[in-house]
Amino acid sequence: MYKIVKRRMLTENTCLMDVVAPRVAAYCQPGQFLIVKMDETAERIPLTICDYDREAGTVTIVFQVIGASTMRMLTLQEGDSFLDVVGPLGRASELIGEADETRRMKKILFVAGGVGAAPVYPQVKWLKEHGVEADVVVGAKTKDLLILEDEMRAVAGNLYLTTDDGSYVRKGMVTDVVKDLVVQQGHHYDVCIAIGPMIMMKFVCLLTKELGIPTVVSLNPIMVDGTGMCGACRVTVGGHVKFACVDGPEFDGHQVDFNQAMMRQNIYKTEEGRAKLALEEGETHHGGCGHCE
Amino acid sequence: MSVLEKIPVREQDPKIRAANFEEVCYGYNQEEATAEAIRCINCKNAKCISGCPVGINIPAFIQEIKKGEIEAAYRIIADASALPAVCGRVCPQESQCEGKCIRGIKGDAVSIGKLERFVADWAMEHGICASPSAEKKGKKVAVVGAGPAGLTCAGDLAKMGYDVTIFEALHQPGGVLLYGIPEFRLPKDKIVKKEIENVQKLGVKIECNVVVGRSVTIDQLLSEEGFEAVFIGSGAGLPKFMGIPGESANGVFSANEYLTRNNLMKAFRDDYDTPIVRGKKVAVVGGGNVAMDAARTALRLGAETHIVYRRSEAELPARLEEIHHAKEEGVVFDLLTNPTEILTDEKGNVTGMTCVRMELGEPDASGRRRPQVIPGSEFTMELDTVIMALGTSPNPLISSTTEGLDVNKWKCIVAREENGETSKEGVYAGGDAVTGAATVILAMGAGKAAAKGIDEYLSSK
Ligand SMILES: Cc1cc2nc3c(=O)[nH]c(=O)nc-3n(C[C@H](O)[C@H](O)[C@H](O)COP(=O)(O)OP(=O)(O)OC[C@H]3O[C@@H](n4cnc5c(N)ncnc54)[C@H](O)[C@@H]3O)c2cc1C
Ligand SMILES: Cc1cc2nc3c(=O)[nH]c(=O)nc-3n(C[C@H](O)[C@H](O)[C@H](O)COP(=O)(O)OP(=O)(O)OC[C@H]3O[C@@H](n4cnc5c(N)ncnc54)[C@H](O)[C@@H]3O)c2cc1C
Ligand code: SF4
Ligand code: SF4
Ligand code: FES
Repeated sequence: MYKIVKRRMLTENTCLMDVVAPRVAAYCQPGQFLIVKMDETAERIPLTICDYDREAGTVTIVFQVIGASTMRMLTLQEGDSFLDVVGPLGRASELIGEADETRRMKKILFVAGGVGAAPVYPQVKWLKEHGVEADVVVGAKTKDLLILEDEMRAVAGNLYLTTDDGSYVRKGMVTDVVKDLVVQQGHHYDVCIAIGPMIMMKFVCLLTKELGIPTVVSLNPIMVDGTGMCGACRVTVGGHVKFACVDGPEFDGHQVDFNQAMMRQNIYKTEEGRAKLALEEGETHHGGCGHCE
Repeated sequence: MSVLEKIPVREQDPKIRAANFEEVCYGYNQEEATAEAIRCINCKNAKCISGCPVGINIPAFIQEIKKGEIEAAYRIIADASALPAVCGRVCPQESQCEGKCIRGIKGDAVSIGKLERFVADWAMEHGICASPSAEKKGKKVAVVGAGPAGLTCAGDLAKMGYDVTIFEALHQPGGVLLYGIPEFRLPKDKIVKKEIENVQKLGVKIECNVVVGRSVTIDQLLSEEGFEAVFIGSGAGLPKFMGIPGESANGVFSANEYLTRNNLMKAFRDDYDTPIVRGKKVAVVGGGNVAMDAARTALRLGAETHIVYRRSEAELPARLEEIHHAKEEGVVFDLLTNPTEILTDEKGNVTGMTCVRMELGEPDASGRRRPQVIPGSEFTMELDTVIMALGTSPNPLISSTTEGLDVNKWKCIVAREENGETSKEGVYAGGDAVTGAATVILAMGAGKAAAKGIDEYLSSK
């Protein structure tokens, strides 16, 4: 059992938890993820490791409620436990492996969309601890959905915030900010790291390709085992099939077939949509979605 | 009934079982087992033993059944095999023990597998299991992977008095026995869990959710966690795809994903959250045990199911019993057929599969006749789901994170057959991780050999 020692709602539907998982906390690196399973009948849910405390043996996760399983996870309180937590999984971020001198020479831009701020945070923090201050763009649909602002400000070089509806700081998409920084203000970046919804990463990549900035993305396809055993997470990168859980989750964004990746995320959409409906409507649901008897 | 014929085994009616996940075969009762045991003529030079990869003393245990001494029969089997209830159910007996049985020359071979299953199930029901060692050696051994190879190696080492911990990547132990082979062939709670509990009763600790190579490395186990030797039984879990167009479409799954969702994650049960695509018309590409299991699972989830295999029936690598059962249940066999492309609609969902017809030419390196495309034979099958069961290879996660561990060109760990020794001191390996996808009993045999190898190594250290 893996105990939840801290639980905090970041927005109405985004939840942060610190979980005791000593083996994960001992060796995890920024860029890696873990898989949680809340109880016997639950799915295995992949989540990025957002922070870790090696001494306390805890890891931090931040998840957004988007379907039946994440909604059920929200019922867990401080003191409750996950039945299973496995990790760290995936490869560490490429920046981690570089020599200090090479890294310090680089101007790095992070672009986070929505809950993507959570996986961006540990990387920016790690860089700060290693003498590099990266610029960070964080975008959200609206002010209430913006997460980890204070935490991010503490570790970023420059922090640029934007909201789709203009309810906070400025109005516009993250791509507008990037264009502004590079084209209007003449900033130069050697590398961009974009993490967020697939569609956002796709558009950031289209832009950075135009601007000639090498871009890394962190893909979040559907997964089962997270160890290379099932192939559910396969994505096409540079014309080759890769398993995101072992070959990634980070890839060269300019090589990723985003359209296919987005299509593949929808495999269980109808089934899961029905599960969510059934959960929300409880016993009154039967017949509701038009699919079950 | 003629002594040339085996005692038939009772099975669930094909029409009924095609819609449930209960075990297909009921096995022998004591009366039937005794009658079948009498057919064994207790050969002096028993060929059957040489057909069993772990060398169970077959005539000896069968004699005990004849006498009604089932516990004695169990002790004889348990001397050589750690998971008899499993092997009795899943060994390809026709090419192993039963394939060598003298009775088979003129008539049916003795049903050794069914007898073994009877004895093992009886022992389980009566709570009989192997006993732990009294004498502790005070030395720690780590085992990677809780499949048949790892469980056997761990069990044997515990019996010798070692302090053994198994590290398993998934959230439950069992390996392929749990996530691959379906409930209707190998019941999980009744058989697999019990066999694992027996290994735990020997003192073996199992730590799940540890991915060796990520959560901890082999080198760290040896240098930081106080283990003096490591056995790697991590299996061959990496699925192969064909590399044909359309293979990333929605509705194309590896057999591993499909079976894992259903077996480990219990998607077939309403009370579990796991989603699975219940196809209407499903093609399973391949002809081995994995293909049969995927096809029979899809059938039970309500689909019209086809096996698509590029050679002919004679070359199907699956166990005879599974092919027979699949046919009885209504799986359609499209033999001498090979897919060339998967077709999709504009949303990326599978709508069909283009195939070509094959014919068999000259024998190839494996001795099987090589399938060749019949020119102009292209045709399209309408489908909504395709399951690829083309075989698996070892996952490089461990080999790529362990200093000095040699692998061959198929990424299989190089280990000596007689004792599991690898290129790295103190590290042993066996099972599918070494041989590539093989069988439960071979993996067990390798686990056994490595336990002996590790004992010799640690005793001389
Ligand atoms: C490596 C990795 C890291 C991740 N890190 C985080 C994280 O830090 N925080 C976080 O909130 N989420 C993260 N995710 C996504 C998270 O796993 C999914 O949101 C979760 O599995 C959805 O479960 P559900 O049952 O609630 O939703 P579902 O009911 O399964 O899905 C609802 C809808 O979301 C889509 N969907 C399904 N699975 C995913 C997925 N894996 N990613 C994106 N969309 C999906 C489907 O199209 C579906 O329509 C990560 C995923 C991966 C693979
Ligand atoms: C669907 C299917 C049907 C089959 N049917 C039959 C049959 O009828 N008869 C027969 O004899 N054989 C059959 N086989 C083959 C047989 O199951 C295998 O040969 C056998 O299980 C191999 O045993 P193993 O212990 O080497 O590996 P596995 O059973 O694969 O076990 C390996 C274990 O190691 C774990 N692991 C992997 N990597 C790591 C890591 N890095 N860290 C920690 N743990 C790890 C895995 O999760 C797994 O639990 C079938 C296989 C499949 C897939
Ligand atoms: S273990 Fe397998 S091969 Fe050996 S006797 Fe039993 S069924 Fe036959
Ligand atoms: S070969 Fe057949 S008949 Fe002879 S001992 Fe073995 S099982 Fe009995
Ligand atoms: S999640 Fe199964 S192979 Fe990646």
